[in-house]
Amino acid sequence: MGKIEVTPGMFSQAELKPSLKASISMAVIGLIVLLGFGVFGKTGDVRFVWSEKQELIKLPDWTVNSMTLCISVGVILLLLAAVSLFWNRMNRITPIWLTVVYGFFAIMALLGWLATGAPQGVQMVFILSNTIVLAIPLILGGMAGIMSERVGVVNIAIEGQLLTGAFVSSVVGTITGNLYVGMIAAMVAAGLLSMVLASLAIKYLVEQIIIGVLLNVLVIGITNFLHSAWVDKDRANLNFPGTFEKLPIPVLSDIPIIGQALFDNRITVYLMFLIVPILWYVLFRTKLGLRARSVGEHPLAADTVGINVAKTRFWWVTLGGMVAGLGGAALTIGNVGSFGREMSGGQGFIALAVVILGRWQPIYVTLGALLFGFTIILRVWANQVSPGIPVDFITMVPYLVTLIAVAGFAGKVRPPAASGQPYVKG
Amino acid sequence: MSKKLIPVKAEEPKAESVLREIMSGDPVRIGLSILLGFIIGAVFMVVFSEDVVDSWSQFGADPNYALSTVWWTLQDGYGALFSGSIYNLNADNFIDGIRPLTETLRFAAPLVMAGLGVALTFRVGLFNIGATGQIMVGLAGATFISTRVELPQILHMLLAVMVAVLCAAVWGIIVGILKARFGAHEVIVTIMMNYVATSLFTFFLREPAFLLEANGGGTPKSDQPADTARLGKLLGPEFNLHYGLIIAVLSVVAYWWLMERSTFGFRFRMVGHNASAAKAAGIKVENTFIWALAISAGFSGLAAANQALSIDGGLTTSIEAGIGFDAITVALLGGSRAGGVVLAGLLFGAFKAGASSMQVAGVSPEVLGVVKALIVLFIAAPPIIRAIYRLPKPGPKMLEAVKKTEKAGK
Repeated sequence: MGKIEVTPGMFSQAELKPSLKASISMAVIGLIVLLGFGVFGKTGDVRFVWSEKQELIKLPDWTVNSMTLCISVGVILLLLAAVSLFWNRMNRITPIWLTVVYGFFAIMALLGWLATGAPQGVQMVFILSNTIVLAIPLILGGMAGIMSERVGVVNIAIEGQLLTGAFVSSVVGTITGNLYVGMIAAMVAAGLLSMVLASLAIKYLVEQIIIGVLLNVLVIGITNFLHSAWVDKDRANLNFPGTFEKLPIPVLSDIPIIGQALFDNRITVYLMFLIVPILWYVLFRTKLGLRARSVGEHPLAADTVGINVAKTRFWWVTLGGMVAGLGGAALTIGNVGSFGREMSGGQGFIALAVVILGRWQPIYVTLGALLFGFTIILRVWANQVSPGIPVDFITMVPYLVTLIAVAGFAGKVRPPAASGQPYVKG
Repeated sequence: MSKKLIPVKAEEPKAESVLREIMSGDPVRIGLSILLGFIIGAVFMVVFSEDVVDSWSQFGADPNYALSTVWWTLQDGYGALFSGSIYNLNADNFIDGIRPLTETLRFAAPLVMAGLGVALTFRVGLFNIGATGQIMVGLAGATFISTRVELPQILHMLLAVMVAVLCAAVWGIIVGILKARFGAHEVIVTIMMNYVATSLFTFFLREPAFLLEANGGGTPKSDQPADTARLGKLLGPEFNLHYGLIIAVLSVVAYWWLMERSTFGFRFRMVGHNASAAKAAGIKVENTFIWALAISAGFSGLAAANQALSIDGGLTTSIEAGIGFDAITVALLGGSRAGGVVLAGLLFGAFKAGASSMQVAGVSPEVLGVVKALIVLFIAAPPIIRAIYRLPKPGPKMLEAVKKTEKAGK
């Protein structure tokens, strides 16, 4: 994908200029790990548990002294920061893989530090698989955000679309007794909601942010009402769908550590594995995607060359809504097994943030969503292994990261140029 | 553009244009939106009422009964809303009868204050959904003063209110700086700041050094505010209404003066109308954004003080009660003007006050959430309401103006 990244206007990343801020923050975090977790950290051993149950290849547990681990990781992080700085001096952008490697080591140090002395150790499989399951609604919501913002429509209504999907999939799934029907119904319902957003924003030129916020309020109102006045009165027949069965993929699910987390999942997870790369491919490798992006960057130019701006926008926003509806279904029939009041709990808004963190690019957005999913499970897990830790600050981290990102500390973030602007054919 | 405009029929009878003006003008459209909201809410209540469904399944046997259940359901629902929010007709004496109205005022006060804050940013052309976070930090500030500081009556209360306003304003200023200096979009920034504030607030409630109650159990909860800091009862012990109402009235007057009479407000409105024109006229748009967000957050801080200093028992995370989010709808419904925000706040305050008596009457008060959302949606999206009531589009004022200038040119 290196070729595309340097084509101006195609990728928001093309606007990136090498900046010292990223390298400096990497060095600071490295120092914190080295000194805070390492030199002045906890004494004692930490046990990394790689396998949970009967994988074919079972990795032995790995016990290491907490200080040794954190000091060595701290040194590695500082080295990576130095590499990033060196690239910076050479006027090159720090590649994303370096950030990912950096993130991996930093997380290992954090987990190790937290679980020092805890009898259960670092349960890697538990953390990894929960991260993915919790990130699904965020990822799919984020894809919905990308699909509408890339064509120039701001979609604040992701929250409402998730909630619609969650409610409809649960109720329809229970009534029909078929979860696949429930899932499709969720996608259709959320798609219809998106059509309201799309037509008001595109045809009637109503302020997109306001419409989005109000659609959220409306969906919260309707689902709350239906939940208390209808569904909750007969839970067994209306709101008890259960969850999809887990479908382990042979061979792949036996890979140590990642096997169970990635390839022993429900269909919602596998669909996510499909949707993200497909969306990336369509957006950046096909004529269809080029047209969509041109509508979002410069609708007048797109119109001039014969692209139907209104139609393109309408269908991308609608399709995006359907993807978000699937994300909603993942909340109920893909995880919890029944609908609860306002169960999306602001995840649609987090998805919006993830879209910005991931610079409107499906793969990066997925990584950002995984970060959020990780912090959700980290909060739960940290409370177990090391009680007394201020978990509220763990909760805060991804939001602070997003704030730092939108403030431009991690490189200039540039949305699609025509995002949020209605287009009137002249 | 002007070439295209000319062929449009310009001669329009005066009477029709006046009618057009009224029909598409705000009061009528708002009235129709509210009406339609209540009608759709009624449909929801009826369709999901068990009595109605049962009686209609035997419609042939007893059509009168079936129709009357519909009426009963509506009477139960909206009747309970009336008696829970305006006047209780079943009460024995006047005091019990009028109590619902004072409850409406009590619920409306924080909605109006926070609504004014959001309204202010709307008029500067900013979309601020950060009232929730600003209220959270305001709550923390006010409660810290009201539980950890000892001061004489009134002084204590005033200090707590001021600290709430300051804490909230700081939260607003952060948004302003991120917006003005770094170009971050205020919608995303305010959403993130809401989450950060919520986490911070829970942390404070858990920490003995900050807000956790002295002899507390495991739940995050603060002490009750000291009596010296509490907002006293306005109409005596018979009613729950407290001095927060006075703060709300004062803030409405302040908002009106600020926006309609002061140079400051003129600058705000100018930036809101056209930021680049304002810039050309020598207004520092960036600074205006920061000021607007700070003052807006200050209003949210007042709402926070109202909540923190009027509760019985300690502060918990639920005290925010969705006020920050409701404030957005209040500001939208009120058209961002002082009077409008008051009316919108009263309507939504009545919804909150009436919810419990609807619950008692056996109707899910959640239906009010649907009504509320629909009303604001119809008002924010004029095309919907125009299509439903077949209202004419706003008169071609612009055309007339163009015609006049052309005539003057000739």
